[in-house]
Amino acid sequence: MSAPDSNTSAVTSAVGVRRSARGLELALTGEWSVREAASLEAALAAVDVASVPVIHIATAGIAALDLSGAWVLRAFVQRARRAGAEIVFTDTPPDALRLVEETLAAGAAAPAAPAPRTGPEEPGGRALIAIGRYAVRTGHDLLSGSAFFGHALVTFGASLVHPRRLRPTSVVRHVYDTGITAMPIVALIAFLISVIIAYMSAQQLRGLGADIYVVDLVAIGVLRELGVLLTAVIVAGRSGSAFAAELGSMKLNQEVDALIATGVDPYEMLVVPRVLGLVIALPLLTIIADLIGLSGGALLCRYLLDMPLTQYINRVNYALSPTTFWVGIFKAPVFALLIAMAGCYRGMQVRGSARELGHLVTVAVVQAIFLVILVDALFAMLFMRMDI
Amino acid sequence: MAPVVEVRGLVNRFGRQVVHDGLDMRVEADEVFGIVGGSGSGKSVLLRTILGLQRPSAGTVLIHGKDITRLSEAELRPIKAGYGVAFQAGALYSGLTVLQNVQLPMIEYLALPADALEGLARLKIRLVGLPEEAAGKYPAELSGGMVKRAAVARALALDPALLFLDEPTSGLDPVSAAAFDDLVLYLQQHLRLTIVMITHDLDSIFRTCNRVGVIVDKRMESDSLERIVEHPNPWIQAYFHGERARARLAAIEGAGHGA
Repeated sequence: MSAPDSNTSAVTSAVGVRRSARGLELALTGEWSVREAASLEAALAAVDVASVPVIHIATAGIAALDLSGAWVLRAFVQRARRAGAEIVFTDTPPDALRLVEETLAAGAAAPAAPAPRTGPEEPGGRALIAIGRYAVRTGHDLLSGSAFFGHALVTFGASLVHPRRLRPTSVVRHVYDTGITAMPIVALIAFLISVIIAYMSAQQLRGLGADIYVVDLVAIGVLRELGVLLTAVIVAGRSGSAFAAELGSMKLNQEVDALIATGVDPYEMLVVPRVLGLVIALPLLTIIADLIGLSGGALLCRYLLDMPLTQYINRVNYALSPTTFWVGIFKAPVFALLIAMAGCYRGMQVRGSARELGHLVTVAVVQAIFLVILVDALFAMLFMRMDI
Repeated sequence: MAPVVEVRGLVNRFGRQVVHDGLDMRVEADEVFGIVGGSGSGKSVLLRTILGLQRPSAGTVLIHGKDITRLSEAELRPIKAGYGVAFQAGALYSGLTVLQNVQLPMIEYLALPADALEGLARLKIRLVGLPEEAAGKYPAELSGGMVKRAAVARALALDPALLFLDEPTSGLDPVSAAAFDDLVLYLQQHLRLTIVMITHDLDSIFRTCNRVGVIVDKRMESDSLERIVEHPNPWIQAYFHGERARARLAAIEGAGHGA
């Protein structure tokens, strides 16, 4: 950065720089306002203050000086002073500059410099720290998650004694919100799933002349696994997120605090009805998914394999063991519990900011889906051992 | 000199409910203008209309002589950069620290290097009387009074000449409220701000406002503070001469307007 030696253009920069026997002379002109702050800052940054004994600043030419303009000027003055230059204002310093000085000097407890980070700098150490932090956080999370689950369970148990505290109106509302309104999408997905299984298996089995087993695959696949699993995944996306968002924004609004202050247990009022509502709704949705899946299979077999409906029904009867349907439906309330708990737990964790709300809603949905699939896998192993 | 804010013949209608019916308002440069009105009289709707958050059913809103109801978003940008707003509950961005909150308008409008942005933002934070440590805090960690001050700091980010305050002292204890009134006066005098303030707080009105506009019967009656208290309208009489107001009036008149 070489210092301009003679008059530089004072038109655009509003900083006229001149070197003379008296030292450096700055003539400030034009509008020193927030709109020009960026160009003023750049113009002053270009002024070389190294080994200049005295800097004369003329401010009479300034048309308008607001706080931002004054701050930019002050920053320059400070830089020049640090470089050892003496600052002389040829006119009386403007009011705004004095205001800035006063404001920053008032109770000038030295600006708290960010504490230097201590700790190992080598990447290996940092990775170790990150792993450790993660482990501790996960541990805490697991602990507080089970505490949440326990609290909800105890509240539920207590309200069984006083059934009015189960808040039937609220439960019904949640059955409606999570169940009835989800029926169209669940039905559509169930139908599409039966289409996928039917097409995929028909392609494979036709070559073997084993067309008839398409029915087995559709019936068992939908009833035992896919009907309930996909319904749970949809519900996790719809209702798990809704629970987390609802409770989270209630936390942000201090509505939860208001409940506690009124002496109402938010678990009883908010968590248990949601969990209960979903535990009722999800099995019902699963039955619908099963029904639509089976009808979809019938439709597909009729048009894809030219199989009459009576034959399809006979084959379904033959393929299904008495437990097939119940194995699927049994899982629904368990999944519902996982989804509702994940949603409510994450929602209740929100404090402070809207960003956290978004983050925790995401976490709620991802965890709900993960838990559903994990538990489904465990069930698959368990049922295999039990031979059903 | 043209008025800073001028509202002419404003009509706001929601369905069959008429909130404003031919409301006029003028705010001149360098004054502190208080907007007063009963609950539900449309103070907030008026502010939202002036800020362009809501289109009026009829009438014009001029800010620095430009009719904002007829401008596009792009044309509104320079006008919006020329005023600051401190909303009632602060409306600080909850995911950002106080410092980042104040920097946000600067980043939007100015091409400044990071250290200048930080220095300017810290200046504004100190200017409204917040301690240095407050800069790094999130809104959820601030007290009610600090949130209000931080909101003003953000409103002042772009050195506006015009400042809107929505119920700045509501929810504050009398001492903090008085301190906030002092801040308003300090800023008004030192930065030569024009301030438009919605308020319910009689103390605030008597302490800070030069002129007051009262929304009564869907219109506005505005006058200087000394004259508006003599206005014959029964609501205005009840407002300024009720039990709570009389003591303050007496105190102020006793001091010979020497506030």
